[in-house]
Amino acid sequence: MENFGYHAPTKIADAAQLAEANEDAKLMAGGMTLLPTLKQRLAAPSDLIDLAGIADLRGVCRDGDEIVIGAMTTHAEVHESAVLREAIAGLASLAGQIGDPAVRHRGTIGGSIANADPAADYPAGVLGHGATIVTNKRKIAADDFFLGLFETALEPGEIITGVRFPIPVWSTYQKLRHPASGYAVVGVCIVQTKTGVRVAVTGAGPSAFRMAAMEEALTKDFSVKSIEGIAVAADDLNNDIHASAAYRAHVVSVLAKRAVASR
Amino acid sequence: MGQFGIGQPVRRKEDVRLLTGKGLYTDDVHFDGQTWGVFVRSPQAHAKILSIDTSATKAAEGVVAVYLGQDLKADGVGTLITDVEFKDLSGKDMFRPKRDFLAIGRVRFVGEPVAIVIAETQAQAKAAAELVVVDYETLPAVGSTAFAASSDSPVIWEEHGSNVGIHWENRAEAEIDAHMAKAKYRASVDLVNNRVVPNPMEPRCAVAKWDADAGELTMYAPTQGGRRIQQGIAKIVLNIAADKVRILSPDVGGGFGIRGKIYPELGVVAWAARKTGRPVKWRGDRSETFVSDYHGRDQINHAELGLDENGKIVALKVWTIVNCGAYFAENGPRLPINGGGRIIPGVYDIENFYFSVRPVLSNTVPTDTYRGAGRPEANFLMERLMDAAAHATGLSRDEIRRRNVIKQEQMPYRTQMGMVIDSGDFVGNMDMAMKAADWAGFEKRRAESAKHGKLRGIGLSNFVEPSGGRPTEEMRIALTPDGKATVYAGTHSHGQGHETVWAQLLESFLGIPFEDVSLVQGDTKTAPKGSAGTFGSRSSWMGGVGLQRSAKRIVEKGTKIAANLMQTEPSAVTFDAGVFRAGTTSVTIKEVAKAAHDPKALPEGVEAGLDESYFLERDPEEFNYPNGTHVCEVEVDADLGKIEIVNYIAVDDCGFVLNPFIVHGQVYGGVAQGVGQAMTEQTVYDEDGQLVTGSFMDYGMPRAHHMAMIDALFNEVRCKTNDLGVKGAGEAGACGAPGAFVSAVCDALKEFGIRNIDMPLTPDRVWQTIQNAKAAKAA
Repeated sequence: MENFGYHAPTKIADAAQLAEANEDAKLMAGGMTLLPTLKQRLAAPSDLIDLAGIADLRGVCRDGDEIVIGAMTTHAEVHESAVLREAIAGLASLAGQIGDPAVRHRGTIGGSIANADPAADYPAGVLGHGATIVTNKRKIAADDFFLGLFETALEPGEIITGVRFPIPVWSTYQKLRHPASGYAVVGVCIVQTKTGVRVAVTGAGPSAFRMAAMEEALTKDFSVKSIEGIAVAADDLNNDIHASAAYRAHVVSVLAKRAVASR
Repeated sequence: MGQFGIGQPVRRKEDVRLLTGKGLYTDDVHFDGQTWGVFVRSPQAHAKILSIDTSATKAAEGVVAVYLGQDLKADGVGTLITDVEFKDLSGKDMFRPKRDFLAIGRVRFVGEPVAIVIAETQAQAKAAAELVVVDYETLPAVGSTAFAASSDSPVIWEEHGSNVGIHWENRAEAEIDAHMAKAKYRASVDLVNNRVVPNPMEPRCAVAKWDADAGELTMYAPTQGGRRIQQGIAKIVLNIAADKVRILSPDVGGGFGIRGKIYPELGVVAWAARKTGRPVKWRGDRSETFVSDYHGRDQINHAELGLDENGKIVALKVWTIVNCGAYFAENGPRLPINGGGRIIPGVYDIENFYFSVRPVLSNTVPTDTYRGAGRPEANFLMERLMDAAAHATGLSRDEIRRRNVIKQEQMPYRTQMGMVIDSGDFVGNMDMAMKAADWAGFEKRRAESAKHGKLRGIGLSNFVEPSGGRPTEEMRIALTPDGKATVYAGTHSHGQGHETVWAQLLESFLGIPFEDVSLVQGDTKTAPKGSAGTFGSRSSWMGGVGLQRSAKRIVEKGTKIAANLMQTEPSAVTFDAGVFRAGTTSVTIKEVAKAAHDPKALPEGVEAGLDESYFLERDPEEFNYPNGTHVCEVEVDADLGKIEIVNYIAVDDCGFVLNPFIVHGQVYGGVAQGVGQAMTEQTVYDEDGQLVTGSFMDYGMPRAHHMAMIDALFNEVRCKTNDLGVKGAGEAGACGAPGAFVSAVCDALKEFGIRNIDMPLTPDRVWQTIQNAKAAKAA
């Protein structure tokens, strides 16, 4: 790890100002990815702006028909939130499936989606629930947020302050854990809303994506049978030493069916 | 026997100290004026080193020195040890490539150290190390085992002209063919025994200082007993007498065989401490564990079995290729030959046995001893073959084994390779394990699982694993005037719980209370001269019997002192449970210890003190034979290829069990490592020789949730070749688990006609195997 300046602002505006003032600075949420990168000397930012001290970024609350989760809320806090469990049990369950207890007590929702790891769990939840990412500058719909491998719509220095999840009728998240990292080899989030069904997939491709054919079929008829015949194309899926693209395509279909069956 | 005596499930003395952060590991040790060393490692699998430019490094802040391989060589530093010699049937010697402590002219695997940068702080050393410019000319690399052995492969050692170090055979193949020809049934297997990265919890570390006045080196490092390291560093690196080198390893976080070696980093740190005149510390990180600790396993096997009309084995032939990495490490080629190869027939009565081994060199980290060191590979191979034999003969998996195991009445049984199995109840092991696993009720459970969409399978594995390691060990017991005892051990506990077990032994042998016994270990200065260390499941035997005999000497001398105190003849004195008696009078060992340190209380001609050692030496070809049967039951989610272990029974014969609590721990750990190899641990080198699985993000160490509760049972048959009746225990779990696990999964998948899946049985591999089997059936 190389030397860097360390800042621990307590207000969002201060953090934003620090980030704007120094383009070689890095914002740090839980540090789950950033810190190992620094330790391995793969990155050497001039400054770290630690968001952990900003109280406004933390907490889970209900706001009308939405659940608002502060960007610095840890996975464990999300998982254990009584408010969330009552409103969106599927999302609370997703948070409890992330990594291991140490990761869940350090890692945050804002950090996870800002990093946009192709195998992270939250992107499927955010996309599946049609959530809105709120930053210090604007609101971004989940559908417009994940652009590709580790790539999001965030601009340099832009800070996620929270994520707003519309409360669905029902949702669930099913994943096949990577045996080493605990990340999703494949994760499928299925969300029933009053107007239709959303199906989002993580782990399988370069970034989280939606399965339009499944959404259409399930909106018409929410049953395992209705998606049985839907083939998942392996062409653009990830292919690595842990799982072939063909296997991932197959697992998307299996997990989607299991998710529907669990309703 | 008292509450803390031999055989009792005594809780581990050392745990409170270790679990509350009071252990003393190498990284806890700092010397005044200490500098930090960082190794520059090769990013290339195979390359010529054209030049190394260290000018920017030397000019960097805080840098004390930079050394290359040439610097060590010019100072008389030799090459690393390959501690094995083999000849082929024509008498030709094995090729023995030389390895420099820092690579000179050529690098042969990713992670091979080429320089050490020493600076005032670790951060400075790391920054400066990045400034070393090595100009490499990339050469074609060999990553895979099969490719290394093929004639199409690039050759890594031109002077040898081949990557195969030797083609070793136990005898002429034709001698066995005649027997094979008579077989009614044939079975064969083709197996991959996957390479694993051992990963002890504590990464490697070393801190050394040189005392110029005394001409002495002191070095802390995690080892399994420092004697061999001491001798190697003294002789090969420093060219000084061994007693001028002191190696300390107070607490060590896991050994598994790979911590007992003289690694290049140890030599370089020791040498640099003398060269710079300043203490040098190197703290390896986990990434360095992956690319510089010796790896384990990595074999490809083909084996054939011939059986007569009754399912009795008439001949066995085995061909093994073992990937030893870029150099032959200390024991590399020994593992598939003397380590495991010669015990391949295992618990079975096989008269006609041919085996051939080709140790190959490749552009990978060298392989060496890893929990079991050749025996898990051998047992796995034999058990997969027995399952194949069951299929070939139509007999059940247990019946084919029952017809072939060595019976108790055949013991002592001399194997075709000349090893003598003194004792063991191989039929009883199977009976006990199958009963505990309710093998008879399995089909009902299979049907239950099928109801909720799971495929259930059960498998078993027998094993026997010669234990004992090096043939010498020395133990010492010293009593203080207040009657407390200190064990100065040649053995070394790095997880085995010796602090507890040695105290149990002394309570039993000498009647000294458990809490009054302390252990001194891990210091070549205080360890008995004949100390060897702990590896090869040897401590209970070599250390335990050594202590027993040292204790006997304590009693013999104590008897003379007691007789003097009681004013009688030594011949009239008896000793039991800490008390010397003569008629109606008695003195305790505590009183005798006090008298032993009081010249006035000593009889004439008896030296002061009560301090005895015993140097135990056995025939190098004599081992003990831990054995057992493991049964594993799994459920497979065939849609995902995901396996869950639902039951695991381990029946072990470790001879006389000194502490069942501790032996259970050994079984659990060994099984976890065996299951890890079979289920999750995948070491992948790509075509360019890059290690793809170089961190815990990609390399699947087994987790608690991969395991089931293990029911560990003992079928105790005392060993007949040592006074305590003990057999080894440390490596048994790793020997039994892979075979039982794979057998169970194949049983679950038998409806697809699947008879084998190569380890590790990851979900995608299991799923793909099922798809291939379905496609083959359809075609």
